[in-house]
Amino acid sequence: MNATRRLLLKSAASAGLVATAVAAGLLKPRAVLADWNSAAFAARKPADALAAIGAGDAGASPEVRVKAPDIAENGAVVPVEVLTTLADVESIAILGEKNVYPLAALFALSDFDGSLSTRIKMGETASVRAVVKAGGKVYTATKEVKVTAGGCGG
Amino acid sequence: MAIAMRLRAGGGEIRILMTHPSENGLRKDAKSGQLVPAHFVKTLRVAVNGKQVLDGQLGGGISKDPYLAFRVRGMNTGDTVSVTAEDNTGDTGSVEARAG
Repeated sequence: MNATRRLLLKSAASAGLVATAVAAGLLKPRAVLADWNSAAFAARKPADALAAIGAGDAGASPEVRVKAPDIAENGAVVPVEVLTTLADVESIAILGEKNVYPLAALFALSDFDGSLSTRIKMGETASVRAVVKAGGKVYTATKEVKVTAGGCGG
Repeated sequence: MAIAMRLRAGGGEIRILMTHPSENGLRKDAKSGQLVPAHFVKTLRVAVNGKQVLDGQLGGGISKDPYLAFRVRGMNTGDTVSVTAEDNTGDTGSVEARAG
């Protein structure tokens, strides 16, 4: 278990190596969401986190909207709502793009009805990104949030 | 220690509030100057009448006392909503309620 985890952390540096890990049966395919995605949560760049959740090719969509405050006085608690008019939503991911670990959460969904809200931490002014997978495709949208007091403890 | 959770369901919406420190492992304790170890909710599962509607993976980037609300199609008054959560230390919590 520890050896696997170590390999995954190392592999996170390169999408190619993650693919190798998948081929070696160390990573379950992305369709199975039951296991916590160590590679995605350990990623330090949004692009790496997106690649690790199979959303590297997400395109901007007017059918996805991120609702968050323009200015957050407390970066420790930033309310975020993801709204979508897309049908057959399979999953939603939320990222704070300049956080040390950008991926905040990933939710696999059934019978989803268009709105999901949570609260995330943000260390500094940055975009909040939502990624919605629906009907086998990935869509994304962002919202800039100005943070006046960071919430990541340094 | 069990993870305390509150759940409200009704009007097509499920709302969950957990009591949890949600430490990402990056914060320094103000007094000791030492890093506070990571301690956050990792998984959250929600089912309506036994059918899973949300399978969530969370990181330390979720705020203290994690909150989640989402809308579900086809949920009716009287439906049983059940929630389970587990954190990175193996602590778990669960709660069940009827949709109002």
